[in-house]
Amino acid sequence: MNQSLHLVLDLLVIGILIGGIHRFRAPATARQGNRLAAAALALGAALTLWRNGLVHPGALAAAVIIGGGIGRRLAVRVTMVQIPAMVAFQHGAGGLAASLVAYVELVAVSHGAAAVHQVSGLAGVLIGAATFSGSLVASAKLSGRMRATPIIVPGHGLAAVVLTIAAVGIGLLALGPAATSNTASLLLAAILAVGLGLLLAVRIGGADMPVLISFLNATAGLAAAACGIILQDHLLIAFGATVAASGSILTHVMCRAMNRRLATVFVGQQGEANFRPFEIFHRSEAATLHKEAPVSTPAREARAVQDPLAQAAAALAQAQRVVIIPGYGMALAQAQFNTARLAAQLTARGKSVRFAIHPVAGRMPGHMHVLLAEADVDYEMLWEMEAINDDFRQTDVALVVGACDVVNPAAISVEGTPLSGMPILMAHQARTVVVCNLDRNPGYSGVENPLYDEPGTILLLGDARQSTADLLEKTAES
Amino acid sequence: MVELVFALLVFALAFAVGYRLIVRVPQMLHTPLMSMTNAISAVVVLGAMALLAAERPPIQLVLVSVAVLAAAFNIIGGFAITGRMLGMFRSDSAARRATARKGGGS
Repeated sequence: MNQSLHLVLDLLVIGILIGGIHRFRAPATARQGNRLAAAALALGAALTLWRNGLVHPGALAAAVIIGGGIGRRLAVRVTMVQIPAMVAFQHGAGGLAASLVAYVELVAVSHGAAAVHQVSGLAGVLIGAATFSGSLVASAKLSGRMRATPIIVPGHGLAAVVLTIAAVGIGLLALGPAATSNTASLLLAAILAVGLGLLLAVRIGGADMPVLISFLNATAGLAAAACGIILQDHLLIAFGATVAASGSILTHVMCRAMNRRLATVFVGQQGEANFRPFEIFHRSEAATLHKEAPVSTPAREARAVQDPLAQAAAALAQAQRVVIIPGYGMALAQAQFNTARLAAQLTARGKSVRFAIHPVAGRMPGHMHVLLAEADVDYEMLWEMEAINDDFRQTDVALVVGACDVVNPAAISVEGTPLSGMPILMAHQARTVVVCNLDRNPGYSGVENPLYDEPGTILLLGDARQSTADLLEKTAES
Repeated sequence: MVELVFALLVFALAFAVGYRLIVRVPQMLHTPLMSMTNAISAVVVLGAMALLAAERPPIQLVLVSVAVLAAAFNIIGGFAITGRMLGMFRSDSAARRATARKGGGS
């Protein structure tokens, strides 16, 4: 078969994929983009069959039917709250597939392959294996099967370095012209990589999950591309590279939005073992730092006797401009439907209602957007942080639902906390802030939130689903 | 050697083009984006299919079949979930504008 014809066909399929990704620039065209990407993959499969033929049709058909069937069933059932756990699990499946393909290719045909190809195959095995185990841990943490708090063993960082060196070293020694002799040590290297993935993922806690899941997205793509190099398949290389690009971008966006470096997420901050947020940053300190105009004690007591729910409903009734700030707590409490209803009700009464969404609200990039889309919120009401942050000064009510760190003004005004320098939503600039959070404890960062003590803040503590239902009822009356 | 250079070139180009396009994807579509790229990363199924194009000893056959199973799970599940999520994104105002534009044109 003519080689340039094959190249043209490859480029055509890659072009279709690129066209699909291009359509992801707007929600209206994204569905079409999704179909185009699926078509590109199907064409790639047809091309592969046509080029190579098939000796084991039974095995292929059985595996596709079983795997595809399970995927289809889960895809129909999964709720938007479970999406991060599901996507993490799928990253793991992708990593496993890449690792296995690279492994078989290495042990089966390493006789003729050049050294560079073998190294790339090894990269596929190791990255795929680490992605597999890391993703399973991430998925377990996201689905609540495992506690989401970081698990740190003594010498954690050192152990990770040793495992990496051992896996790469043993893997490289396993490579060579003698194909049959290296299977055992290659397997050992893969097992070490599995251990590395576990070790890196267990130390990552709840709110750092968006970084981990994006990073695993990138490594799954990288593993696929590495497979493509040893298999000399342009489609694998190009498809894997676009996924790696996407995962890298999302990782970068998440890190920037949390004011964290990727290395600190994985290795931790220096002296983290002794890190006690409560000792560093007491509430009394927060109060003195943030009370520009301290409320006099009598005024405060007067406010306290009033029913906060009535106060919040009155503030919403009088408001012209309302901005709702959802956080992961909204997802946990399943409050998105009530919140959406509240937004619809306020809109119907002629108020301007918008949602302000922090990039790292939720457990994966864009998590809040799909939750609210599921609750039937018009996507034109969803505003990104940069676009809406200047408008908080003209906002009458900022309604916080299950968000803490992303609206913590200590990020701006206090030095030396884990939040310092993190971009936040300027909820504290709104005339009134209504907070529907479970309690007034600090968020994931451990930094006390002085917003709760601001004079213009009304706290509706408790289950956010209940609080939003109460608000809905109360504002309907007024 | 020429092949390797070409392979790296394909990687670099695809990464660069993908990067330029994906940087422009709005935040609101980041979850569907990750779900879709996750399905795309199961492109290794093509490699597994190529491995099934020759006789394989049983152990290799099992390993490759598991790879196909995992990849098929990813592809079918990934594209289906992405499609479902994107179906939830609706905008009355955008739809109104679109129909208004269409109506004006005819």
